[in-house]
Amino acid sequence: MKSQKKIKAEDTTSVDSEKTTAKYQTLIVHGTKFRTLFNKKYENRKKWSKPNENHILSFIPGTILKVMVKEGQKVSKDTPLLILEAMKMENTLFAPISGKVKKVNVKANDKVPKGTLLIELE
Amino acid sequence: MPLKKKIQELKKKREEVQMGGGEKAIEKQLSMGKLTARERIVSLLDRDSFHEYDLFVEHEARDFNMDKKVLHGDGVVIGTGTINDEPIAIFAQDFTVAGGSLGLMHARKITKIMDHALKMRMPLIGINDSGGARIQEGVNSLAGYGEIFFRNTLSSGVIPQISVILGPCAGGAVYSPALTDFVFVVENISKMFITGPEVIKTVLGEEISMEDLGGARVHSEITGNAHFFAVSEKECFEQIEKLLSFIPWNNNMKAPKKEPKLPKAKYNIDNIVPGDAKQPYDIRDVVKAIVDDSDFLEVQELWAQNMVIGFGRINGETCGFVCNQPLVLAGVLDVDSSDKAARFIRYCDAFNIPIITLVDLPGYLPGIDQEHAGVIRHGAKILYAYSEATVPKATVIVRKAYGGGYIAMSSRHLRSDFVFAWPTAEIAVMGPEGAANIIFRKEIMSAEDPEEMRKQKVAEYKEKFANPYVAAARGYVDSVIEPVETRKLLIHAIEVAKNKSISGPKKKHGVPPF
Repeated sequence: MKSQKKIKAEDTTSVDSEKTTAKYQTLIVHGTKFRTLFNKKYENRKKWSKPNENHILSFIPGTILKVMVKEGQKVSKDTPLLILEAMKMENTLFAPISGKVKKVNVKANDKVPKGTLLIELE
Repeated sequence: MPLKKKIQELKKKREEVQMGGGEKAIEKQLSMGKLTARERIVSLLDRDSFHEYDLFVEHEARDFNMDKKVLHGDGVVIGTGTINDEPIAIFAQDFTVAGGSLGLMHARKITKIMDHALKMRMPLIGINDSGGARIQEGVNSLAGYGEIFFRNTLSSGVIPQISVILGPCAGGAVYSPALTDFVFVVENISKMFITGPEVIKTVLGEEISMEDLGGARVHSEITGNAHFFAVSEKECFEQIEKLLSFIPWNNNMKAPKKEPKLPKAKYNIDNIVPGDAKQPYDIRDVVKAIVDDSDFLEVQELWAQNMVIGFGRINGETCGFVCNQPLVLAGVLDVDSSDKAARFIRYCDAFNIPIITLVDLPGYLPGIDQEHAGVIRHGAKILYAYSEATVPKATVIVRKAYGGGYIAMSSRHLRSDFVFAWPTAEIAVMGPEGAANIIFRKEIMSAEDPEEMRKQKVAEYKEKFANPYVAAARGYVDSVIEPVETRKLLIHAIEVAKNKSISGPKKKHGVPPF
């Protein structure tokens, strides 16, 4: 039971650990390369990317109540684009920039998780 | 009615109520690998020591035909007993009675035993196994939770509070365990979440199992909500008993002193730490080479493993250990490990447990995700906790101690009482590679062979600064010691600090970064 829970090392660095196949990785801190193990959370961390202001994402998971724009439609800054209902609140999403609606990926009654690409502007 | 008959009647009543939700419900409970509420209490406490209160309490609900329903004990068992002959208070929710749902009287029973525990200055153990609020009782259920949370907060730092999650614990109910000192979970049995898979599916369209959303492993490895992970209820109860052997019964007492024992011979302190600061090893081996009988009770073993915390004894006295773990992420400080250490330091400080800090870290973890996750705010917690702690504090710098990490890990500057360093210690503003690149940038860039020059300068810096003597020359380190002297000096430190007394400026309370 215990052995399954323990951190495993490839050689017997730990007095208690058995020889296993887990591999050491390299972690660089201020130019120094350290030999060490990674934990699950570190390995699964999200890579950062610069937010694209042409992409309208759902900031909260919820249901699309109404889409107010069509593909190809010209919109100015602050034009209401759609209503996203979440936690019993109706949230109107506005265009952050002036431009043209390139693509609408959702329709009324769609359920969307957080971070879904709803509308693309150009 | 003759007395004998009345006694018979009482016995019958007791038996009936103690059957909880009845045979069928008990069978269902057992088939899930769970014990019943009373079985749990009996297996946890000393034999025949349990006395139950409020056995005959009945529920208060009148709406929705609830007045016609009988809910034995209103779904919770409360009482007092002993563990290792010391008094404790306990409550256990009874899932066989209306799914252990919490109504007004259910909550009143819990708060009654909580008040009792606080007044008698004894630990409180809460066994959670409940479907949540009893909807039929409406706002009375919410009031019940609120009264519990308030008492959890009031008792915090006065008596140890232990939560054992042995079934579902969902919605608002999760906040009572979250306010307590230690949370125990069991694989496939414990489930904790604010909103369950059903709601998540209907509202968000995301599908996830209870186990993947808030099972024992999730809370032990990912969220850090749980402190101890077991694979069976039996193992869980053994862990609770072990924890209680290490800690004092309230904040006016010291942990019970045990017969001193030497560490086991297989943990040879001279053979554990590689001289090269870039090589990993298991810091727990060093702890085991120091503590009595090499007996170390690790807390939150599976979460933020780059920081190791737990209890061990030095010459019979319980100490709290806070250690960087070079085996995982080189032992860096990050959001989770700062959080983990800070809370543990505050626990030790509240309950008169001396803190021993073993240092071997390259600093804070670099990365966008860390910066955006608030490593500044979370990292500050550890500085706050160490600075604030007035229990005896001893620090052993085992190997590298660079930059902000050096300051944070119970340095002299945060008023550590004893700072020891091994000859392998490297106390510097940053690692030699990074420092040389900055200080000798010009020389390296303009050299005919920059790589060769870089190597030379790194070696030069290493020779001059990567040692404990620069810090010792300023008195930041009290003594540079041989590893084999560590235990002896820690025994000495605890002896010297026996009557430690310091007081800071008068204030209501500080404003820690949490």
